[in-house]
Amino acid sequence: MNSFLAANASLIIAFVKIALLLFIVLTVNAYLTWFERKVVAHMQSRWGPHRVGPHGLLQPLADGAKFLLKEDPTPAGVDKFTYFLAPLMALALALTSIAIIPFGPDPLPWTVWGQKVYLGIADLNIGILALFAITALSVYGVALAGWSSNSKYPLLGGLRSSAQMVSYELALTMSVVGVLLLAGSFNLRDIINAQAHHPERGIFGWNVWPQILGFFCFFVAAVAETNRVPFDLPEAESELVAGFHTEYASFKFAMFFIAEYTSMITVSCLCTIMFFGGWLSPFPASWTFAHYLPSVILIPFGLWVIWDGIRYETIFGRLVLPGIGTVLTVIGIALAIPQLQFVNEFVQGPFWLLGKIFVFLFVYVWMRGTLPRFRYDQLMSFGWKLLLPVSIANVVITAFAILMWGAR
Amino acid sequence: MTPQLAIFFVLAALAVLGALNLIIQRHPIHSALSLIVVMIALAGLYLLMGSEFVAAVQIIVYGGAIMVLFVFVIMLLNAGVEERTNVSKLAGVAGIPLAVALLGFLAAAIARSNESAQAGVEAGTLANTKEISTMLFKDFVYPFELTSFLILVAILGAIVLAQREKS
Repeated sequence: MNSFLAANASLIIAFVKIALLLFIVLTVNAYLTWFERKVVAHMQSRWGPHRVGPHGLLQPLADGAKFLLKEDPTPAGVDKFTYFLAPLMALALALTSIAIIPFGPDPLPWTVWGQKVYLGIADLNIGILALFAITALSVYGVALAGWSSNSKYPLLGGLRSSAQMVSYELALTMSVVGVLLLAGSFNLRDIINAQAHHPERGIFGWNVWPQILGFFCFFVAAVAETNRVPFDLPEAESELVAGFHTEYASFKFAMFFIAEYTSMITVSCLCTIMFFGGWLSPFPASWTFAHYLPSVILIPFGLWVIWDGIRYETIFGRLVLPGIGTVLTVIGIALAIPQLQFVNEFVQGPFWLLGKIFVFLFVYVWMRGTLPRFRYDQLMSFGWKLLLPVSIANVVITAFAILMWGAR
Repeated sequence: MTPQLAIFFVLAALAVLGALNLIIQRHPIHSALSLIVVMIALAGLYLLMGSEFVAAVQIIVYGGAIMVLFVFVIMLLNAGVEERTNVSKLAGVAGIPLAVALLGFLAAAIARSNESAQAGVEAGTLANTKEISTMLFKDFVYPFELTSFLILVAILGAIVLAQREKS
């Protein structure tokens, strides 16, 4: 048995990693909905969910149960095959794209069956191209859902979505060419490492400074690709009921929902990796005391959660919140212990990567709470007349600069 | 059978079945979906030959952009199920013999193709993104630019044709 495990170690590790990542991504998705509702609510002077569990923390579970238990009617006259295929495609493609993201620079501090275990599933030579290939296909989920529902609002949503995707895909692809020229590789790890050539510069070594135009184009186009506010025309609830997923109920609707939130996470990962240094610390490499930052954040936050928890209204909250707070505080203290130095070193990369991803997710939610939706003609002229020329100009400028002064 | 060969047969079968389904299906959207399957299977075959870049571009350009336009147009026109018309006499008589003849020519050509051509494919001459770009932008830069110019002319022609109705 043990020899079988050792012989197929890489395969088994890959499967375990896939299962683990799926679990993490789906959980994060669930709590992303909670986070979004809370943040938007506070922006609008409301409380947001706070009935189900302490601070509404069990709301995602309640939503999940509701999605599973609701009746799932199939409308009359739908194109059966495509109607069932569309949510599957949307979800499968969105989840696949996460597999290409690397989540940390170093392998785990210990080896499993003699294998080094890196964070991240597939380390592809053509990483960024593979991601674009997956995004290019993900439009079919939305377009086919709209068409197969045999209903006019979904059809309008599907049409808008395909037009939007075609218009913004070009700008999306062109906007990263500058980054690729600087890194000289499609591989996401290489792209991050290319930003680490000057460790003493810290934050000023990141791609976002030379590629500020590229970042602008990339972020706008990526938000449009994920169908989020202010580019959520395919589901514009004030005009199209719910757009492409009007006729979907129960878990098929949840699949579109999970797909949308997963692609938000993917885009945040990509922004971080391509323009904001991935797992690189914003501080110069000589500032070793910055390594205690995870503890400095975790311990006060944990203590605050404990303090907030013991005064909470419900008994359940008074039990759960201090528990969470204690765990966070203990992790924070553990990371500061000199004997666990290697754990601290290992955590640095994922800490910065996840922190930056969190910032981008917050920006997504922030935009949703702030910006009104584009009109359709504005959307088209913005994509074709502003984003595409700017991203092409960015490629030309970057290529010229590299020719003159070199990539570093 | 090596795993590569097994994957090749799966992908090849997928491509052929997709192409057949493309013709058999009565509804344009279903045909378009089958075409997407063919494109993705082809991309898989490129990947099998070790040319990752070509595979990714195949999916991005053909599977993504071009087929999205197909689907978009079909949805925009709200095209219904095709009607079955009377098959033309010529196609009924000469269709199958011609198809068999074409298949025979192709099979003969492939069977006759010498070892060197196959070796070239196996070595993955198109593997490297750098090699492809060197070829496109250095060795064959004039044909490449000429092709781009042709496409530009075609796009301008389409715009002129579309604009005529308005004025």
